[in-house]
Amino acid sequence: MKTQEAIYQYCLRIADSNLILAQRLAEWCSRGPILEEDLAMTNISLDLFGQAETLYEYAATIKGDNATADSLAFLRVEREYFNRLITEQPNGDFAVTMVREVLFSAYQNHLYEALCKSNDEMFRGFAEKAIKEVRYHLRHSSEWVIRLGGGTEESKVRSQAALNELWRFTVDMFEMDEVDEELISMGIAPDMKEINKSWMKTVTEVFTEAELHIPDLNNVIKGSNKGIHTEHLGHILSEMQYLQRAFPGATW
Amino acid sequence: MTEKSNQFPQWEVFIQAKNGGPYEHAGSVHATDKNMALQNARDIYTRRNEGRSLWVVQTDNIFSTTREEEAEFFDPAEDKIYRTPNFYKMPAGTTNL
Repeated sequence: MKTQEAIYQYCLRIADSNLILAQRLAEWCSRGPILEEDLAMTNISLDLFGQAETLYEYAATIKGDNATADSLAFLRVEREYFNRLITEQPNGDFAVTMVREVLFSAYQNHLYEALCKSNDEMFRGFAEKAIKEVRYHLRHSSEWVIRLGGGTEESKVRSQAALNELWRFTVDMFEMDEVDEELISMGIAPDMKEINKSWMKTVTEVFTEAELHIPDLNNVIKGSNKGIHTEHLGHILSEMQYLQRAFPGATW
Repeated sequence: MTEKSNQFPQWEVFIQAKNGGPYEHAGSVHATDKNMALQNARDIYTRRNEGRSLWVVQTDNIFSTTREEEAEFFDPAEDKIYRTPNFYKMPAGTTNL
């Protein structure tokens, strides 16, 4: 696989994950448990939109062919999306959203940390800016999960249920294929086995403090590298892409 | 304030716009603890680059003068014009003092 092709694919993996999670978090808009948290979640969402945009623009320059960040976001179908499966999972209750945020922002944190040392200048610049944002997301969601885990019986049960449900999607985040092999050989992207180790350490600390236990891996679902998704992505895309599909090229 | 509130405790937020400057009151947030208060303050009051540092203080910890006390606290200062430096002559050539 050519390096440029691998970089393009790698951009989509990260940008798609950010865009889909941003879209999910935006669903909380006006539905947050308190006004302050409503803003916090939509702030995180906007950070993720911004990160996605940067990488879509990079991907568009590699793709050429009049591709833009918008065409990549709005004109690809489900099987052409490579977001990590955990990002498309429904918000559920507040505990599900916060546990998902811990699992995913810890992952981003360690991935971006590694990309800060990438041989690719664009990835390096991206990661140095974005890591400050995801560190805050991790701090915010960790503190919530610790409060919920150590809170009432109800909040503890819900948080544990959230972790039990989402844990099986975490394997997918660290899957590697020929894209990773090419970029690892060029010193552009990290070995996900290493990221997995540091991620595991971070989330174990959070869940231990939250008095939640990490479940056994059952019913593992993966496939994002190949564009294979759970039933949820299609619904997200149909809503997100509706306008551009119904009125191609519409601007305002 | 006799009505029972279902809100988290209230905190007052102070923002320092730049290093060395004063902390100015920005508004309030609700939060269960000081860490949540800082984060809520960050998310609500500094998202447009308003500050580089934050204080939060639980509103109950602020003791303030009341409307009833206003006259006796502050009116006596109204006619003490000699407490302001109005009677000094500006040294020749000074434009900024």
